[in-house]
Amino acid sequence: MTFSSERGLGRSQYLTMDILIEILIYGSVHSITLALMALGFALVYGTCRVPNFAHGALYIINGFIVWSFLRAWGLNYFLSIVFAIIVIGVMGALIYQFILIRVRGMAISEIIASYAIGLAILEGLRWGGFKGMTYTLPTFIQGSIFIAGVPVDLHRIVVLICGAALVGFLWFFTHYTRIGLALRGMAQDERAALMLGIDSDRMAVVAMVFGSMLAGIAAALLLPLGNIVVETGYNVLILAIAVCIVGGLGSWMGAVLAALLIGFAQILTEVYLGTHFKMVVALLAIIITLILRPSGLFGRQKELEERV
Amino acid sequence: MNAPPLLQVNQVTKAFGGIFALNDVSFDLHEGEILGIIGPNGSGKTTLVNCITGFIDLTAGEVLFRGRVISGKPAHKIADMGVTRTFQIMRPYFSLPAYKNLVIPLFAPRAKRTGGWRGGGKLGDRNTVSIDILEELGFERESFVPYKMASNLPTGYLKRLELARCLALNPEIIICDEVFSGLSMSEIASMVPLMERLQMEGITLIMIEHRLRELFRVANRIMVLNFGEKLMEGTAEEVMADEKVKEAYFGSEEVEEVMEHA
Amino acid sequence: MKAQHEQRRKERLDRGIKVRSDGIYALMSWRELCYLVLPRLVLIVGILMLPLLMPTMYWQRVISIVCIYALLTLSFDFLAHFVGLVSLGGAFFIGTGGYLAAILNQSLGLPPLLSIPLATVIGAIICTLFLLPCLPLRGVYFAIVTLMYPLLLMRVIEALNILGGTDGIVGIGSFANRWVEQYFIIIMVLLFLFGVRRLVNQDLGLVFRAVKDNDQAVRASGMSITYYKTIAVFIASAMGCLGGAYLVHIYMWAGLSTFALDFSILPIAATVIGGAGTLVGPVLGAFILVPISELLRAFGTLRIVFYALILLAFIVFRSEGIMVYSQRKYHQFEKWVRV
Repeated sequence: MTFSSERGLGRSQYLTMDILIEILIYGSVHSITLALMALGFALVYGTCRVPNFAHGALYIINGFIVWSFLRAWGLNYFLSIVFAIIVIGVMGALIYQFILIRVRGMAISEIIASYAIGLAILEGLRWGGFKGMTYTLPTFIQGSIFIAGVPVDLHRIVVLICGAALVGFLWFFTHYTRIGLALRGMAQDERAALMLGIDSDRMAVVAMVFGSMLAGIAAALLLPLGNIVVETGYNVLILAIAVCIVGGLGSWMGAVLAALLIGFAQILTEVYLGTHFKMVVALLAIIITLILRPSGLFGRQKELEERV
Repeated sequence: MNAPPLLQVNQVTKAFGGIFALNDVSFDLHEGEILGIIGPNGSGKTTLVNCITGFIDLTAGEVLFRGRVISGKPAHKIADMGVTRTFQIMRPYFSLPAYKNLVIPLFAPRAKRTGGWRGGGKLGDRNTVSIDILEELGFERESFVPYKMASNLPTGYLKRLELARCLALNPEIIICDEVFSGLSMSEIASMVPLMERLQMEGITLIMIEHRLRELFRVANRIMVLNFGEKLMEGTAEEVMADEKVKEAYFGSEEVEEVMEHA
Repeated sequence: MKAQHEQRRKERLDRGIKVRSDGIYALMSWRELCYLVLPRLVLIVGILMLPLLMPTMYWQRVISIVCIYALLTLSFDFLAHFVGLVSLGGAFFIGTGGYLAAILNQSLGLPPLLSIPLATVIGAIICTLFLLPCLPLRGVYFAIVTLMYPLLLMRVIEALNILGGTDGIVGIGSFANRWVEQYFIIIMVLLFLFGVRRLVNQDLGLVFRAVKDNDQAVRASGMSITYYKTIAVFIASAMGCLGGAYLVHIYMWAGLSTFALDFSILPIAATVIGGAGTLVGPVLGAFILVPISELLRAFGTLRIVFYALILLAFIVFRSEGIMVYSQRKYHQFEKWVRV
C-alpha cells in the first residue's frame, strides 16, 4: 500500500514548502484510507465485542469479487461494486450466523476462529491463483489536478470525499436511527440492552453485515490505487487493529483521530526514513499504546478496567 | 486504650472522575477489636476496603498500619504485612479443589515466614494443613466437601473458603466484606461464634455488613458511612439511637426491627 | 420430572483406581499397574522409536520439525491454560532463539550443543523482558501484543538491514550426526513435557493456575502476580527459544522466516485439536498436524487453508479435543441407561 513512493516522494533530508504541502495532502488522504480500513473492524468490535480477525480477508475478497464481476463477467463497474458489497455483507452474516455465534463470549476462541476464517480465505485465494500483479481495478476518474503545485490524482480526491462522507454518515446512522441506536446501546451494556428488548444476536448479525460491507466499501475505494494482492489482507488487518487500539475501542472519534495520527506518522516516516518503516510505525503504535495506556488515547475508564 | 492504634485511616478520599466515592473518611482500629462498618448501598464501603488494602489508589489521605504508611503500596505488599481481605463477590480458584485453594496462601511469602495459621507454611505438608484449616472453619474432614471443586461448592462454603484463604496467611487484620450476606439464618448462626473465636485468638476484624442484628452482636464499635462520608461512630446502642443514621436508613425495615429488639 | 417419551442418558462410571486426592493411586495388581503405566509407556517409547521407523532422511527431518512445533505447542498450552496468558508469540520465541543461536555460533564459534542452551536461556530472558510491560494486559490484548512482536522484529530487521537483512545469516554449524540431531530434540520434548506436567501440580504450578483463575485473590494472598507471570513467561519462552535455536542449527540458516506466522498459528491449532489444558494432548496434536501439513506440501498454500479449516471445525464443534475425549473413554465406563 504505497501511495506516494510511486510518485517519487522519496527520502528527503530537509523540509521545504513543497514537501510540507505534499505531506499535508498525502497525510490526510492516507489518514482517511486508514479510517476506512478500520471502520468495519471498529464497528464490529465496538458493538458485539467480536474482534473480527477476518476483516482483512473480507477486504481482499471483495476486491476479487469486484474484479470477477468486472473482468470475467463483463458487468458495469458501478453495478459490480454494488453487487460485490452485497455479497460481502451476506458473507459477513453467514460467518457470524454459522461460526462466530458458537464461540461468542469466549474471547480467545473468537480470535482464533475469525483468524482461521481469514487465513482460509486469504490462502485459499492465493492457492486459487490470485497472486502477482495481474489483478487491478480501474480508477473511478482518470487524471490528476494540481493543488498548490503538488499533483494529486482525482481518485484520491474521490477517496477523500467518500471517506469523509462515510464517517459522517456512520455518525448520523449511530446517533439518529433505530438500528444505530440499538447498536450503540449494545455497545454500552449488552445485558441492559437485552432487557430493553434489543435482540443481541440479531443486532450482532446486523453489526457484522455492516462491518463486512464497510470492509467492502473500503476495498472498492482503495484497491484501484494499487494491485489486488493477498498480502494486503494481512496489512489491512494490522492497520485496522492499530487504529482501533490507538483510538480506544468503542470510541468513534477516537478511531478517526487515531487514523489521522497514524496516517500522518506513517507518511512522515515514509518521507524521512523510507517505505520500510511504514508498517513498523503501525506495529509500534499498537505495542506502545497497549503498554502505556491500554484504554487507547481516547478510550474511557470502563474499557480500561476491562483490559487491565 | 493508650496503645497506638493498629490501623489508622486518615482523611481518605477517593474520586472516580468527579464523583467522590469516599470523602474525608478517618477512623482508628485498635488491636483485638471488631469494627463494624455499615451504610446504605453505594455509600462507599467496598471502596474503603479497596483503598485500605491497596486494590485501588487513593486520591488523597493516607492509611497507616502499626504507624507505617501503607497507602500507595501494591496490594500484595499490604497483604504480606498482614492486612487481608475477603471479597464481596467471592473469588475462589474455581478450577482447583477446595483444599488446594488454601495451598496458594500457604505458599505465599508471609505464610512461609510466619508459619501461617496453625503452622504449615513452614513445616509440614501444605495439603494436610489446608484440610486442618478447612475443618476448623466447618468443612467436614471425612466428607467429600474439602475435595470438591470450588466451582461446585454452595455459597455458604465459599464464604468460609474466602475467610480460610485470609486465615491461612496468619493475618493481623481481616477485613470481611459482607461475609454474612447470601447466607441462611442457620449458616449465619454458625459463623457468629467463629468470628468471636477469631477475636479471642487476637485477630483484629473489620466487618462490613448489611445484616445489622448479627453485626451488632459481635462488633465492639460501629462506623456508619453515607454517600462516602463518615456519618458517625460509636457503640451499637449509640448508632441505633442516632437521628442521622435513621435518616440515612429511612424506610429500611431491618433497622426498625433491630430497634424494636434493642 | 417425568419424561413424556422414553429418554436415555449416558451414565459414566469411573474405571479408575484413583484415590480421592489426585496423584495418589492404590495399586492392587499388575493389571492395575499396566492400566496406569501403559499409556505413558506407549507415548515415550513411541516417540523414542520414531526416528528408527522413518524411512527416509526427509521424514527424519520432519520428525525434528514436529518436535519443534511440539515444544511451541507445549509452551502455548502451558501459558494459555495454566497461567491464563494467551500468547500468539510462538514466532517471537522461535525467531529470538534462532537469531541468538545463529549469532552465538557465527561470531563466537560455539558448537550447537553449547549455543543452543545458551540461546535458550538468553533468548528466554530477552523475550521475558520484552513481554514484561505487557503482563498486566488480559486476554485479547495480550494476544494482540504477542502477535505483533514477531511482525515488528521482522520489519525492523528488514528495514534496518541488520542481522543479514532479508538474506538472513547463513553457514551455521550443524550437528555432528543425524542421530544426535534427532534424539537431542526428542529427549528435550519428553523432558519438557513431563517437567511441565509435574510443575503444574506442584505448589508453584498451583499458584500459576490460581493466577489464571483469579488474579485478584492471589494479590489478596500477598503474592505479586507479575512475579509469577514473569516466571511462567520465562519457562514458556525458554521452550520456544530452544525450538528456535535448534531449528536454526538443522537448517544451518537463520532468516526472516523464523518469525513466520506458522509458528504462532500451528501450535494453537495443535492445542485445540489435541485438547486444551492437557499438555500431552497438544503435543499429540502437533504430531498429527505437522506431518499432515507436510504431506500436503505439494498443494502449496492449500495446506494452510486445510489446517485453518480443521482448526475452525474443532474450535466450533469439538472444543474439548482428542485427548480429553480419549482420556474420558479410557478412564470411564459408559453405558446408556433409561431415564
